[in-house]
Amino acid sequence: MKRYLVIRSLQSLLALLAISVIAFAMSHLTGSPVDAMLPDDAGPEEAARLTRLWGLDRPLYEQYFVFLGNALQGNFGDSIKWQGQTAFGLVLERLPATIQLGGFAIIVSTIIALPVGVLAAVYKDTPFDSAGKLVALLGQAMPNFWLGIVLIWIFAVHLHWLPTSGRGGFSHMILPAIAMGWFQVAAFMRLTRSAMLEVLDSEYIKLARIKGVPERRVIWVHALKNAAIAPLTYFGVIAGSIFTGSVVIETVFAWPGTRLLAIDAIRGRDFPVIQAVVVTFAGVFIVANLIVDTLYAYLDPRIRYQ
Amino acid sequence: MFVLVVLLVIPALSADWLAPHDPIRGSIPDRLKPPVFFGGTWEFALGTDRLGRDILSRIMHGAKVSLSISIAGIFAGGVLGTALGLVAGYFRGLADAIIMRLVDITMALPSILLALVLAVTVGPSFQTIIVVVTFVLWALYARQVRGEVLSIRERDFVARARVAGASDLRIIVRHILPNAANTIIVLATLQVGSVILLEAGLSFLGVGIPRPTPAWGLMVADGRQLIVSAWWIAFFPGLAITLTVFALNLLGDWMRDRLDPRLKEV
Repeated sequence: MKRYLVIRSLQSLLALLAISVIAFAMSHLTGSPVDAMLPDDAGPEEAARLTRLWGLDRPLYEQYFVFLGNALQGNFGDSIKWQGQTAFGLVLERLPATIQLGGFAIIVSTIIALPVGVLAAVYKDTPFDSAGKLVALLGQAMPNFWLGIVLIWIFAVHLHWLPTSGRGGFSHMILPAIAMGWFQVAAFMRLTRSAMLEVLDSEYIKLARIKGVPERRVIWVHALKNAAIAPLTYFGVIAGSIFTGSVVIETVFAWPGTRLLAIDAIRGRDFPVIQAVVVTFAGVFIVANLIVDTLYAYLDPRIRYQ
Repeated sequence: MFVLVVLLVIPALSADWLAPHDPIRGSIPDRLKPPVFFGGTWEFALGTDRLGRDILSRIMHGAKVSLSISIAGIFAGGVLGTALGLVAGYFRGLADAIIMRLVDITMALPSILLALVLAVTVGPSFQTIIVVVTFVLWALYARQVRGEVLSIRERDFVARARVAGASDLRIIVRHILPNAANTIIVLATLQVGSVILLEAGLSFLGVGIPRPTPAWGLMVADGRQLIVSAWWIAFFPGLAITLTVFALNLLGDWMRDRLDPRLKEV
């Protein structure tokens, strides 16, 4: 277990370094990084200041280490588009909105997927099971941006039940959470169903039934407790993909999170902000993966490296 | 299922002859015509967009764009990943260690974000998308093929080929690759749908296919602002994506069950 953790952590570190190289290369690929970092109306003395600050008069590998050192302290330079704000500050400012929406989407998809998956296993090969399967297959086929637009069209424009976009009260989160979570619900549901089917077939479930434990208790306590391991470890994957998949959803619903910031920064060619977003999110993504894998290895010893 | 796939492939192959109108040049007098049954005519069965372009014709040409991108991307990613997986699994040692670390790193990177970065640095184009798809996919093939090769190379026929004096290259190409082919084909089929979704998402964000090429994701993006007054512009292309991916996923599941049931977890 300890060996697994060490190897896995080293891999994550390597991935983080790879990300930093990519982010560094990004501003160099399009010509001089000074041009990329400066507003169009900046004078030569401003360019000279930046050149010194980022060590751009030194060899490439030294420039990289300057970049890495600054990045480690959360310094990615100043935003070009949003004057007077640092790139990293902007990311931090938008982070709570992204986490709020992502967290809500994860909770909603779990609340839907887990019971439906269990019931689909219990009522296997009935219309309920088929309907669940259809919902899952649809979820995996619909592009989330289109689903978001259609939801806005139906529930906001026609029925006036919910707001179209922006961040506000609870009602603002419902449509984006559905659009974001449906794809994940599909995978989560199928996983829960197959895990439940396996458990329901086992000896101790038969024993519980023979002992006269009520069927409801057999399913929701005895069986679910054992079947939940597989979907719960998958939960981490879901959380990761909801946070990365939200780029599109934040755009569709004009949700003022980091993803919308990233898109705006990309459209405005605001390289410091793009770099800050990329590094921050890759970092979160990689650390989340590490935690999930650790949890997985802890729950299922077969995963650990020999 | 096969009906759906055929319904998709025929318009894609024959869009140039079958599509009733030009997908790029519209006629301004015909702008924002509603679909037939919603006050429109059969002339523009699914309505027209802001520039008077026929939605149906654009969807048909879009099928061509979507399919060719996903096939090209999967082919490139599949060839690269398979080649590296074969090398890693067959030669083991240092090559294996390096390739598998690269796989780990690639899989740890958030792909959409990387696609965005690439698109912004080199500019959106057909080629950029294919590079992005290749980058996202290769690691999966490498990992899966390597696992297969590890067990195939221990089999008797490989040892006999070696005794008979076959070169490494010959053993890999003639004896190992054919035995890993099912896995590769199944992986490729399972991925067509998700690659179409990826391409549509990138195009929707404006970092995929450049305008005015009729790409489904772009069409949804174009119709988004007009969803209140002209819902059909965004609705039909999205429906086309949904049905296409739905059919392709079913086809992938079916292929997996027939050719390689062990891949259930992928």
